[in-house]
Amino acid sequence: MRHILSILLENEAGALSRVVGLFSARAYNIDSLTVSTTEDPTLSRMTIVTHGSDEVIEQITKQLNKLIEVVKVIDLNESDHIEREMMLIKVRATGKDREEMKRMADIFRGRIIDVTEKTYTIELTGTSEKLGAFIEAIDRSVILETVRTGASGIGRGERILKI
Amino acid sequence: MQISGAEILVRSLQAEGVEFVFGYPGGAVLEIYDAIFRQQEFKHVLVRHEQAAVHAADAYSRSCDKVGVALVTSGPGATNAVTGIATAYMDSVPMVVISGQVSTPAIGLDAFQEVDMVGITRPCVKHNFLVKDINELATTIKKAFYIAATGRPGPVVVDIPKDVTQQLAEFHYPESVSIRSYVPVTRGHPGQIKKAASLLAEAKRPYIYIGGGAVQGNASAEVTELVRMLGLPCTNTLMGLGAYPGDDRQCLGMLGMHGTYEANMAMQYCDVLIAVGARFDDRVISVPSHFLAQPKKIVHIDIDPSSIAKRVKVDVPIVGDVKHVLRDLIDLMKQNGQRPDAANLAGWWKQIEQWRSYNSLLYTPSTEFIKPQSVVQKLYEITGGDAIITSDVGQHQMWAAQYYPFKRPKQWLNSGGLGTMGFGLPAAIGAQLANPNAQVACITGEGSIQMNIQELSTAKQYHTPVKVIALNNRYLGMVRQWQEFFYGTRYAESYMDALPDFVGIAEAYGHVGMKIENPADVEGALREAFSPALKERLVFMDFRTDQSENVFPMIQNGKGLDQMDLPPHMRDLQIAPFENNRDYGNMC
Repeated sequence: MRHILSILLENEAGALSRVVGLFSARAYNIDSLTVSTTEDPTLSRMTIVTHGSDEVIEQITKQLNKLIEVVKVIDLNESDHIEREMMLIKVRATGKDREEMKRMADIFRGRIIDVTEKTYTIELTGTSEKLGAFIEAIDRSVILETVRTGASGIGRGERILKI
Repeated sequence: MQISGAEILVRSLQAEGVEFVFGYPGGAVLEIYDAIFRQQEFKHVLVRHEQAAVHAADAYSRSCDKVGVALVTSGPGATNAVTGIATAYMDSVPMVVISGQVSTPAIGLDAFQEVDMVGITRPCVKHNFLVKDINELATTIKKAFYIAATGRPGPVVVDIPKDVTQQLAEFHYPESVSIRSYVPVTRGHPGQIKKAASLLAEAKRPYIYIGGGAVQGNASAEVTELVRMLGLPCTNTLMGLGAYPGDDRQCLGMLGMHGTYEANMAMQYCDVLIAVGARFDDRVISVPSHFLAQPKKIVHIDIDPSSIAKRVKVDVPIVGDVKHVLRDLIDLMKQNGQRPDAANLAGWWKQIEQWRSYNSLLYTPSTEFIKPQSVVQKLYEITGGDAIITSDVGQHQMWAAQYYPFKRPKQWLNSGGLGTMGFGLPAAIGAQLANPNAQVACITGEGSIQMNIQELSTAKQYHTPVKVIALNNRYLGMVRQWQEFFYGTRYAESYMDALPDFVGIAEAYGHVGMKIENPADVEGALREAFSPALKERLVFMDFRTDQSENVFPMIQNGKGLDQMDLPPHMRDLQIAPFENNRDYGNMC
């Protein structure tokens, strides 16, 4: 089953490689990973999307907690949460496709952020499924490149991951 | 006053009360060696290979209550240390390894003797540091010792670039450190301890399974008290040997792949199992599904949450320091007057005694060949069971574990997790330095000893009179055993031709060498080696043992705890299968 883990860790050189090394050493899966500093510059916040049985997810959580630089780990799946991912997608936009592409971007609440005579670059934010749905919805042959950030997640309401 | 980084390091080690630093100099650590040269507080032990420095520091730590320290140079010095670090990591040994690094401006430029030590050791350390700022050096050393020794212990590497050792700074060693992201637990959850007490009190077939955590956690007294207070059977793992005295009737011996029949059968058929600082690893319980097919309630006490529910789902997990948790459990059960039903327990013991009566460690004596088991038994007799024993890895290791019933914790030092050949001799040196008045013997094989035989030189230099007991069967014995059982006796590369004259080697290094070929000479030779006349000498004993001897019992891969390959004398016995619903109350 897919899980989305939120990790608060020390913003120190090497901390990221410890997390990533743990996943590869113990043969856990990383579907996506995002990381950046928080409002407190000594801390980084990481979101890892992974999948595995309940036992594997339990081990991943415990092993992450064992890393000295990891401050806290929560499994966002355990309660209501929001997740967002951003995608930049560059498409060929010529002839009748040009209008169609604009329409599709609007339907998915995307924004066209770069325009040339032959291309659009569209910025799209949403759940990972929504971004996938957009790719499915347009003609594959017009896609020139895609860049996805991977999901970031946060608990709903009063559920807070903080020191 | 400002002092150099090297001096800061040395003063920090002094502040930690370090007695010995095991190491080997080189370019990146010259400044550190110069600072060591100019001080008297701790001794440096010059090994002959960096791997041995780490094993010696490891065994020093295992055999006393201090953190071992090793010091190696950058590049090959650092990579040579890695096997030793991984060995300590697998067995949760507190250790600080200082490695030199090329100067900070040269890092990443493929400089001479540069290697990414922090990167290489990341998967086999509890934590590691690269010190780029001299002002953080003292605090980093403090943190390294703190992390190594607290929680589930483990090795910590501190990589120090050469320029940091040369720069100047004020020295201030912190009294204590706190790390917000690292807060090890000590006390177990009272609710969970209560559940454990109830389970134990209701048990019909209770069993205590004691691992290395009881040794490292100094919980031997508590586990012994619990077992004796309730009259329970118990077993020690390979890493837990000595945590409960092996010569006591309530101990069923070691369990696992080469455990005794009774220890393994009790593990399979108990109904309440208390695991104390043990981790249900593959060499102990073999296949989890088979182990769990026999219903049982499991209480798992461990300081490391990730050890719990890793291979086996348990009913009552208790995260905490085993010493504290056991203390609380004992006090609670005493207070409530809780104990298992006496009639049930007597019935369980009756079953266990029946299993024990088959004497699964019996072997066929010989007047023609030296039986390796008999050498270990004689060693036990002659040392009064009191020696500190180190071992290498293979058949001799299993025979040492089976036939030398360790009386106390920290008496048995072996590479249980990683299984590192070459551990024994440097470990014996480290243990002897930690325990100058103890008898220290290294039980080894002709294969393993050659992986660090150069340490005979270190032993000479530092006058560590360890006794090397080489069970020499001219084969890599455990490999040969597996080839005999599973590969149609095709002994691929397990026979060692062109073995050296070990007596000559020992003598060349300035030690005493003995070659023993006749079973009748075993006792006399051992008595001589341990006699007052040779008390101050390292004696290398080359026992030419039976080449065809195998280690029994044995659990093959994929088999369960009750599906052991038994020694020859047990194979024709009609052993009644265990009956789950037998009424033990009526059996007495």
